[in-house]
Amino acid sequence: MHNVSVEIVKMAHRVFGGQGECVYEKADSRFFDEMVLPGGTVREPYSVVEEWIASQPKGGMSQKARDAEAIFRRLGITFAVYGSNEATERLIPFDIVPRVISAAEWRKLEKGIDQRVRAMNAFLHDIYHRQEIIRAGRVPERLIMHNEAFCHQMLDHDPAKNIYAHIIGVDLVRVSEDEFYVLEDNLRTPSGVSYMIEDREAMMRLVPDLFSQCRVAPVEDYPENLRRTLQAVAPPACDGEPCIVVLTPGIYNSAYFEHSFLADEMGVYLCQGSDLFVDDGFVYMRTTQAPRRVDVIYRRIDDDFLDPLTFRKDSALGVPGLFSAYRAGNVTIVNAPGTGIADDKAVYTYVPEIIEFYTGEKPLLNNVPTYNCANDEERAYVLDHLEELVVKEVHGSGGYGMLVGPASTKKQRAEFTRKIKERPNNYIVQPTLALSTCPIWTGRGVAPRHVDLRPFVLVGDEVRITPGGLTRVALKKNSLVVNSSQGGGTKDTWVLQD
Amino acid sequence: MLGRTASSLYWMSRYMERAENIARLVDVGYRVSLTPGLSESDRDQWKSTLQAAGVTNDFFAGHDTADLTAIRDYMLFDEDNPSSVLHCLAAARTNARAVRTAITTEMWEALNATWLNYSQIRPSRVSANDLPALLDEIKRSTAEFRGTMLNTILRDDGFSFCQLGVFNERADNTARILDVKYYVLLPRAELVGSNVDLRQWATILRAASAHRSYRHVYRDRYKASNIAEFLILRQEMPRSLAHCYYWINATLGDLEKHYGARYECHDLADSIYSELQRSDMDKVFRQGLHEFLGEFIARNNSLGQSVAQTYNFL
Repeated sequence: MHNVSVEIVKMAHRVFGGQGECVYEKADSRFFDEMVLPGGTVREPYSVVEEWIASQPKGGMSQKARDAEAIFRRLGITFAVYGSNEATERLIPFDIVPRVISAAEWRKLEKGIDQRVRAMNAFLHDIYHRQEIIRAGRVPERLIMHNEAFCHQMLDHDPAKNIYAHIIGVDLVRVSEDEFYVLEDNLRTPSGVSYMIEDREAMMRLVPDLFSQCRVAPVEDYPENLRRTLQAVAPPACDGEPCIVVLTPGIYNSAYFEHSFLADEMGVYLCQGSDLFVDDGFVYMRTTQAPRRVDVIYRRIDDDFLDPLTFRKDSALGVPGLFSAYRAGNVTIVNAPGTGIADDKAVYTYVPEIIEFYTGEKPLLNNVPTYNCANDEERAYVLDHLEELVVKEVHGSGGYGMLVGPASTKKQRAEFTRKIKERPNNYIVQPTLALSTCPIWTGRGVAPRHVDLRPFVLVGDEVRITPGGLTRVALKKNSLVVNSSQGGGTKDTWVLQD
Repeated sequence: MLGRTASSLYWMSRYMERAENIARLVDVGYRVSLTPGLSESDRDQWKSTLQAAGVTNDFFAGHDTADLTAIRDYMLFDEDNPSSVLHCLAAARTNARAVRTAITTEMWEALNATWLNYSQIRPSRVSANDLPALLDEIKRSTAEFRGTMLNTILRDDGFSFCQLGVFNERADNTARILDVKYYVLLPRAELVGSNVDLRQWATILRAASAHRSYRHVYRDRYKASNIAEFLILRQEMPRSLAHCYYWINATLGDLEKHYGARYECHDLADSIYSELQRSDMDKVFRQGLHEFLGEFIARNNSLGQSVAQTYNFL
């Protein structure tokens, strides 16, 4: 435990901490703080929030944090942590200080996100058809065809509207006023949307006074937009109103709350594998009456477990025959099977190429510079500079199996050296990013913590990007790991409207 | 509606009703244990409670004596006892969680809050003095849940499955409580009609929260045949078999309208209800109260199974 030296940060136009409670712990000058600039001035997007914090009476912030927890617990927005002995439900910690993004900042991001998701869908269509990008030598054949995530059963299939990834989460980080990077793409079953919506709901109950002073772009139309997206990709066999279901692994899945939340908000059925069956090439639901045909399935089950007749035989979560019905064009699966090839960490390094190839434009949003360990020179550099770098497994997720150089021990670095030498293709390496920080309420005061951002994008009849998204925050001081499964929390994200 | 959803709604409601009934039973058992002369021996004090819940054998498989502490732990807090309040609340909540899209927010919050509070109670901290208050709290919570349901849920097929769960369970429970009188509290011939006998009947009324309402219907003192009639045939008594079957029948009628089809379960419910309507206590006692109740319990069970099969509960 080290002592924190707290200084009252002088503000250009207002003293933060008028009531003696809310002093902003001094931000580390190595990182870009989204509320306070190095000189002490408050950044424009945060001016209202900063004043609000300063005007809170003693104990006010703590009370709001307690109220927030009560709201979430009552609503039952919990999740189960895999590998936890308790097997209980936990709340994802929520921080009451909103993260604010200006309208102008957001407009720039939106353009970059739009370009990226269109390119990714074009890429997916191409590699499951003529593979022009491979023929043109822009992406190595091995990287795609020998990739675990490539789903050869999808070759030559034409999904509705040629869309593969309908729901995408693009993880962004910020390192300075104008520099944003895409940390990774999530094109399989991205989650977190329900937290984004419920965070907003909680904030509207907790700080209505703040809302009345800021013009915050709404996020509550996400479920309606999702429904529209799903309706737009109904299969040709369907005439009239398509029957849409959310396919969940069940109540013991860590994200179950979100599955049921979205089904509820959209007014569609929430099904488990056992509720569905395939007959004569069509998918049906077991109802209290006659079986009902299903047209669109928003599945939150991984590819491997979707259909024991096509993928993993031991899966009890899926529906036997589902993939055949899909290939026959009788049902739409969202997101399509096989999208994982596009969010593969090794393919990530080629995304700038992908964007240029399909759009003819330079990428508007940059990738994090990434070292390829299969390349001798780059690998040598990596092994020499491990303490400064972040190593990720190509097929890992949730923040597990990675090495964060600056926070690592000698032993951990030795272990990863060995791993990289043994299987260089299994790892990608990036510099430790100086993630921006945002203020959180620590329980004793206001302090800066590292954050990232996951905007959610819907691709259907239109590309719809929800303003803001989920801000994930590393609650531990100095920590860069924001994943909820490892102690991260969330914040409501406010995109201001002009 | 998915067959699995109908099943979860039915069982969620059944388990909440059961939790309330267990609390009532324990309440009555506690009174019996406090009142001298009401039972033949120490062992009998809680025997009626265990019997009415159908757990006698399981209990004595793991315990030697049925004292207050053992009963408290077993009936209120034992995770492995499918008829403990803890188990019922947990099962209700699991079912509710599986069908959150079919219940209202208020219903979920009521159930979840009940669960959060109850699951944090440490059994050893519940003394004999604390017990009545705890039992009241359980009844209050289940009443709150039922209240939110009646006030907020859409009156569609989902509501019907909830109602079927409640009344299927309630009918079963009332029949069992009544049966206990003849099964466990069987008096020696000379005690029939005595104060002991009547006090035992009165505790049965208390278990059904009926000891005062009885007097509104029957002006005179407690009489065994009136009490049995009150709990079997009197439709105005909300825990009576007739009342339960009025609602089961009406609810199945709603489902018939909703789905446009009539099944075997409809005929079965109809037949049980009309028999109750046509019956009187002379007929019941001629058949034998115990036999009558045994047959009723079996038919009530069949009705539940028929509903499950018809509507594809999974």
